[in-house]
Amino acid sequence: MTYLAKPRLRHPTLAVNKVGYTRRDYEGKISTLCAGCGHDSISAAIIEACWELDIEPHRVAKLSGIGCSSKTPDYFLGASHGFNTVHGRMPSVLTGANLANRDLLYLGVSGDGDSASIGLGQFAHAMRRGVRMAYIVENNGVYGLTKGQFSATADQGSKSKKGVVNTDSPVDLVAMALQLGASYVGRGFSGNKAQLVPLIKGAISHGGSAFIDVISPCVAFNNHPGSTKSYDYVREHNEAVSRIDFISGRDEISVDIEPGEVMDVRQHDGTLLRLRSLHPDYTLGDRHAAMAYMQRHQEMGEVVTGLLYVDPLATDLHTALNTSGRPLNALGPAELCPGASALERLNASLR
Amino acid sequence: MTQQQIEAVNDFVIKFANVNGSGSASANELFAKAILRMGVPVSPRNIFPSNIQGLPTWYEVRVTEDGHLGRRGGTDMMVAMNPQTWDADVAELAPGGYLFYDSTRPLPPSRFRDDIRVIGMPLTEICNAVYQDPRQRQLFKNIVYVGALAVLLGIEPEVVEKLFGEQYKGKEKLLASNVQALHLGCDFARENLREPVGLQVRRADRVGGRIFVDGNSAAALGCVYGGATVAAWYPITPSSSVAEAFQKYCSKFRVDPATGQHRFAIVQAEDELASIGMVVGAGWNGARAFTATSGPGISLMAEFIGLAYFAEIPITLINVQRGGPSTGMPTRTQQADILACAYASHGDTKHVLLFPEDPHECFAHAAAALDLADRLQTPVFLMTDLDIGMNQRLCEPFAWDDSQAYDRGKVMSADELEAGRDFGRYKDVDGDGIPWRTLPGTHPTKGSYFTRGTTRDAYARYSERGPDYIYNMERLLKKFATAATLVPQPVLRPAARKTALGVIYFGSTSPSMHEALDALEAQGIHLNAMRLRAFPFPESVAQFVAQHEQVFVVEQNRDAQMRSLLVNELNADPARLIRVLHFDGTPITARFIVQAIATHVHPTKEAA
Repeated sequence: MTYLAKPRLRHPTLAVNKVGYTRRDYEGKISTLCAGCGHDSISAAIIEACWELDIEPHRVAKLSGIGCSSKTPDYFLGASHGFNTVHGRMPSVLTGANLANRDLLYLGVSGDGDSASIGLGQFAHAMRRGVRMAYIVENNGVYGLTKGQFSATADQGSKSKKGVVNTDSPVDLVAMALQLGASYVGRGFSGNKAQLVPLIKGAISHGGSAFIDVISPCVAFNNHPGSTKSYDYVREHNEAVSRIDFISGRDEISVDIEPGEVMDVRQHDGTLLRLRSLHPDYTLGDRHAAMAYMQRHQEMGEVVTGLLYVDPLATDLHTALNTSGRPLNALGPAELCPGASALERLNASLR
Repeated sequence: MTQQQIEAVNDFVIKFANVNGSGSASANELFAKAILRMGVPVSPRNIFPSNIQGLPTWYEVRVTEDGHLGRRGGTDMMVAMNPQTWDADVAELAPGGYLFYDSTRPLPPSRFRDDIRVIGMPLTEICNAVYQDPRQRQLFKNIVYVGALAVLLGIEPEVVEKLFGEQYKGKEKLLASNVQALHLGCDFARENLREPVGLQVRRADRVGGRIFVDGNSAAALGCVYGGATVAAWYPITPSSSVAEAFQKYCSKFRVDPATGQHRFAIVQAEDELASIGMVVGAGWNGARAFTATSGPGISLMAEFIGLAYFAEIPITLINVQRGGPSTGMPTRTQQADILACAYASHGDTKHVLLFPEDPHECFAHAAAALDLADRLQTPVFLMTDLDIGMNQRLCEPFAWDDSQAYDRGKVMSADELEAGRDFGRYKDVDGDGIPWRTLPGTHPTKGSYFTRGTTRDAYARYSERGPDYIYNMERLLKKFATAATLVPQPVLRPAARKTALGVIYFGSTSPSMHEALDALEAQGIHLNAMRLRAFPFPESVAQFVAQHEQVFVVEQNRDAQMRSLLVNELNADPARLIRVLHFDGTPITARFIVQAIATHVHPTKEAA
C-alpha cells in the first residue's frame, strides 16, 4: 500500500552528491503499481535526475492529477511536499503554487487520461502561459485504474486487451505543446533510461514550461500485440532524434565532440544541454520543423523520441507578470498593506 | 393635464431610461453625485438587461434625506430617453409624477398620460445645432439633460461644475466642453421650462463622513489590505469588476517603487476550474489567494472547493450572487447561492460564508475572509450580490488599524520543526480541530507531507481505515464549531418594546429591512431584528430563534435557503420560521417587507 515507507537502511558506501544526499534520499514510499509498470521506471529516472542535479529534495514541489501516473509522486522525493489534486487539473494548481513561491522547483506529473482528456484544456493553457515547471506525462494510452479503457492518446487502429479496435484519432500532446508555446519539448520512453534521465534534467533546469511525453507501457492492460504503446512496439519503432547529455553549469564542460554531430545549448542558468544529433536533417530550435518531422515519422508508425525543441532563453509567467523577486508567500503586511493613511486618502476621494 | 402633482423635497425617485452604449452612465452618475455633494443621501441602482450595446438600460436614483438606502419602488420622475421602452416607462410613473423627454420629434397625445406632468425639451435639436461630431451630439445630450434637471430640481450647477473639475483634472478641453453642455441645459431650462417642478433638492447635512462606493471595488480593496497576493479569475457578471478593481488598486499600492516589480500576481484564467485551481495551489503554497465569481462559476468550482475543504487549504471566494439557477438572470440580483456555497461539492462538506451588508463590510469582510481562511485552513466565501456589488452605495468609510497583524494561522516553521515539535498534518493538537501545516520548502528533512483528496491518517499517510476517516471527519466538524466563534457575530437590533416576534435578515436586504422596521413600528408591529453576518451560526442565533414565538426570515430567493440552513444546522422548529421571500431579480424593497410581515401579523385586517 502507498502508506508503506521504505526501510531507511542504506549501504554505507552509497555515493553522496554535492548537497550531501544519497540516491536513497530521493526515494519515496513503496510503489503500489504493477510490477514492470513503466511509471516506476520514470520515478527511478526522476530520482536519478534530481540526485545528479544536486537538488535538495525539499526544494521540489511535486504535483499530480488523478490516475496511476498521478500516484507516482508518492514514490519519489519523500522529503518534498506533494499534492495529488483533482483529475486533469494539476496544471492550474501548479500554476498557483508557482505564483506563490517562485523559488521552488515544480514537477508536474500526469497521465494520458489525466492530461489528454479532462485535463486537455489546463494542459494547453499551462503551456501557453509559460509556467516554469517540468511537466511529465506518463503516457500508456490506457486507463489503468479503471481496468483498460482506451485513453485519448491511444493510436487509431490499436487494439485493447479485449480486442476492441480504437477508431478515434489520437491526441498528440507533444504536437500540442509545440504549437502552444512550450519552450522545451521532448518525448521519452520509460524503457530507455539513458535518454530519459538527461531529458528530465534538462526539463527541470529549463527556464520556462518544459514538457516531456514519456511512453510508459501499462503491463496490465496495454502490453500486448496490437497495442502501439507496448514495450515491444516502442522498442521496435523507436526513432531517436537525439542523444542528450545534461551538463550542470557548475561543472567543467567535458569534451566528447564529434564535429558536425554535436550541439551545445546553453540555458539561462548556465547549464548546458549537449545534443548528439542522430539525424543530420533534424533542426533543434525550430517548432515547425519539429512538428513536421514528428508527424512524418508518425505516419510511418515510428515513435520519435529525444529532445524535439528547446528555446534556451525562454522566460516564464513570472517574467510576464513582472512579479517580485521575493516569493509572494514571503511578503508581509509592510510590503502588502497600504496602511491607514492611504485608506484615509482613498476615503476622501470617494466623497 | 395634471390633476395633482407629486411634491417632495429631498425624498423622491427619479429614473433614467437610456440606450446602452449611449454614454448616459457617467452623466447619470454625475447627477447622483451632485445631489450627494449637496449633503442629501442618494441610493442609485443600475438596472440593465444582459446585453452589450443598443438595448435598454435604466438608472434609478432614490433621493432620501432620511437615509433609506434600499430600493423604494415606484417612480416619481422619468427621464425617458429610450423610444423603445417609452410606453412601459410612461406607464411606470406614479400618478402626479413627471415625465421629462426629448421633444425634438413631436409625439401624438396618445403617447402621454393625463395624470402626469410632461416636460419636453428638444435635446437632439439643441445638440445638433451646437455640435458637428455625431458622437459629441450623442454624448453631450446626456450632459444637457443633467443641466436642465439641475435647474428644474434645484441642484446647484456649480456643484456639477466642481465634479467636472475633479473628473477632468488636467484635461482642460474635455472640462470646457462638458461645462458648455451643462450650461446649454441650464440656460434652456431657465428660459423655457418656467413652470416649477414639485420635486426639489435642498441643501442638507445628512451625508456626514460617509463614502460613496460600489461593493465590488470595496471587496477588491479589502483583498489588497488583507494581503492577498494571488488572484485568479474568469470574467462573469456581476463579479468581473472585483478582479478589475484589484488590478487597479494593486497597480496603485503594490508596485515596488525601486524595482517596478509587482507584489501581486493576477491571472485571468481560461475558465472557473482553472481560476479556483490556481487559488488552491497558491493557498497550499502559503500565499493569500482569492477568486471572484458568481453562481455558475461556483457550480464549476465545486470539485475544487471539496478538495480544499478536505485537504484543508485556505482559499477565499468572492461570490457576487445573481439570479439563478443555470444562467438565470445574469444582470439581476438574488441571494440564491446560500445552500450551494454552504455545502458546495460532494460528500459531507460545510463551508464558512460571510454576508456583508454594504461596501463598508465588503471591504472589512474581504480582509477578514483572508484571515479566517488562513486561521481555519478552509474555503471562505464572501457572499455579496449584484445589488451591493455593482451599485454605488453610501456607507461608513473604510477603516484599518495599522497595528493589526495578518493571522496566518498554524504554520509550523523550520525552527519549530528543528526543535522537535511533532508534526502531524491532520492531527488535532490544540483541541480546536485545526491542525498545523507546513509550507513546501520549509525544512530539508522534516515536515514534508503528501496531501490529497483521498482519505489519510493524522500524519497525512494514505489510509482507508474507517477509524482514521472518522477521526478526520469529526475533527473537521470540530473545526467548523471553532469557526462559529471566529466569524463576524450577528448584529441585534432590539424592538422598542417587548415582543414575541423576531426577524432574521442578511446581506443586501439590510437597508430595506431597517426602513421596513421603522414603518412596521409606526404600524404598531414590533420586531426584534437579527442581522446574520456569517455561517456557521454562532450560538446567539439559536438563542434568538428560541426566544421568539415567530421569526420571519427575509431573503431574496424562492426556496427560503437561509431558513433551510437555520432549520438544518440549528435543528430549529420550522413552524417558528416564517418565509418572507422576494426573488424577481430586483432588490427587495421596504414596501415589500412591510406588506409581507403586516399581512402575516394582521391576516384578518388584510382580508377585510
